[in-house]
Amino acid sequence: MNTAAAPAASVEMPPPPARRWTRDRVLGLVLMAVWGALALGLASFLFNAWRPDLFERYAPRYLSGLGITLTLVGVSILIGAVLSVPIALMRMSKNRFAAAFAYGYVYFFRGTPLLAQTFLIYYGLGSFRPQLDAIGLWTFFREAWYCAVLAFSLNTAAYQAEILRGAIQSVPKGQWEGAASLGLHRFQTFWKIILPQALIVALRPYGNEIILMIKGSAIVAIITVYDLMGETRRAYSRTFDFQTYLWAAIIYLAIVETLRNAVDWVERRITRHLKR
Amino acid sequence: MFRMTRFTLAVSAAVLAAGIAQAQDKLRIGTEGAYPPFNNLTADGKLEGFDIDIANALCEEMEVECEFVTQEWDGIIPALQAERFDAIIASMSITDERKEQVDFTEKYYNTPPAIAVPKDSDLTDVTPEALAGKAIGVQGSTTHSNFAEAKYDESDIRLYPTADEYKLDLENGRVDAVMDDVTVLSEWIATDSGACCKILGTLTPDPEIHGEGAGIAIRKGEDELREKFNDAIQAIRENGKYKEINDKYFDFDAYGG
Repeated sequence: MNTAAAPAASVEMPPPPARRWTRDRVLGLVLMAVWGALALGLASFLFNAWRPDLFERYAPRYLSGLGITLTLVGVSILIGAVLSVPIALMRMSKNRFAAAFAYGYVYFFRGTPLLAQTFLIYYGLGSFRPQLDAIGLWTFFREAWYCAVLAFSLNTAAYQAEILRGAIQSVPKGQWEGAASLGLHRFQTFWKIILPQALIVALRPYGNEIILMIKGSAIVAIITVYDLMGETRRAYSRTFDFQTYLWAAIIYLAIVETLRNAVDWVERRITRHLKR
Repeated sequence: MFRMTRFTLAVSAAVLAAGIAQAQDKLRIGTEGAYPPFNNLTADGKLEGFDIDIANALCEEMEVECEFVTQEWDGIIPALQAERFDAIIASMSITDERKEQVDFTEKYYNTPPAIAVPKDSDLTDVTPEALAGKAIGVQGSTTHSNFAEAKYDESDIRLYPTADEYKLDLENGRVDAVMDDVTVLSEWIATDSGACCKILGTLTPDPEIHGEGAGIAIRKGEDELREKFNDAIQAIRENGKYKEINDKYFDFDAYGG
């Protein structure tokens, strides 16, 4: 009867609960196996279907398509970001006309497909050539590339404005009041106190928006801008080989995965002060 | 939950089986519906055109009931292989690349490609040299786009999803010329929307790129169906039905030499 006298250190941890073969666990493993088999199947398909002649002929085209896709999205996201600030401010403005205008803008561009917007800007405005010529805008609208950048920028500006507005409004009012009590100017308050906090909230939605734009840009071939998807379709129409689409999917996946990791990294970096 | 999955499976299997059983009664013809005067949708959504009339005449000749399925051009061969329909009658040119994927009947027409330009264009010749540095619009994924990219490599080739879009851009001056089948271009120029433009000239087809003409595409190995189509094409050529349809659309024999 010396149990009570035993030193505390020798008290054993309770045994780990037995890992039973529950239905959920079996199901999970089976699903994992299915995924694994699919990945293996894909890898072996790509390995067997590998055609050097195809690669030699189409790899440069895919690269140029990839360049178009990245430039188009990059430029549009930047222009959209610049446009989104005044739109977001107007949207929050007490001026009824400014607010109504911004509301209408966001309502239209978020409520209609990017495909329709691109089509309208390129082919729709194309039928007003004499009028556009008269005001000197035809040189701009003549080029498919400018039309694509315009359509994509206007579209993403609407989404980014909403992201920005939501993020700014998510910063507690007390921050404004605290800054005011310290005698900071409203602009200073916005720039140095509100915006940095808002951007932390906005970061994830921004990342999503870029990813959506990358994938959304696949429609741009309808206006003769041959991006990654356009080149894929062209390669497919020549070869009737499905791996052309598979390669495109893999490239898009790689871009999105890179972006996801980049956003993760930025988030870790800008939230260091919140870590405990 | 498992029971429900099994139930869903059983229902889908039954629906699928019914679909297949039903499909066997009719011959399903795939077409694009955006390529006048060969196949296009009218304002009230009906299919019409040379391909459609020929298809109906062939079905009548083969004594089978036919049903049309419209399918976007880029996906028309995969859709045939996926058994969404049994034959493509959509002005598809017989080419070696396509022959690797599908079988073709004999041609049912063969018309040359042509180039159209705005009426006030200063272009006078259809040679690659004359069009060097000019923007040429053409429908992508077609023999015409392959030909343009191969032979007109000094020109700026713009690829459009359908013929409708390059017509818009020729009209508003974004491209200097467009290339397509002569019948397609003449049909368009005869309409109000084509009043802007004129045919500059026809081109000599390159058999290696343009193929032997337009044929009916069917899945590989369905020789019986192919022979039935071939016999029917022969029959309507001989009994005057082909000429009747031909004269409705063209003032020349579209069957070619």
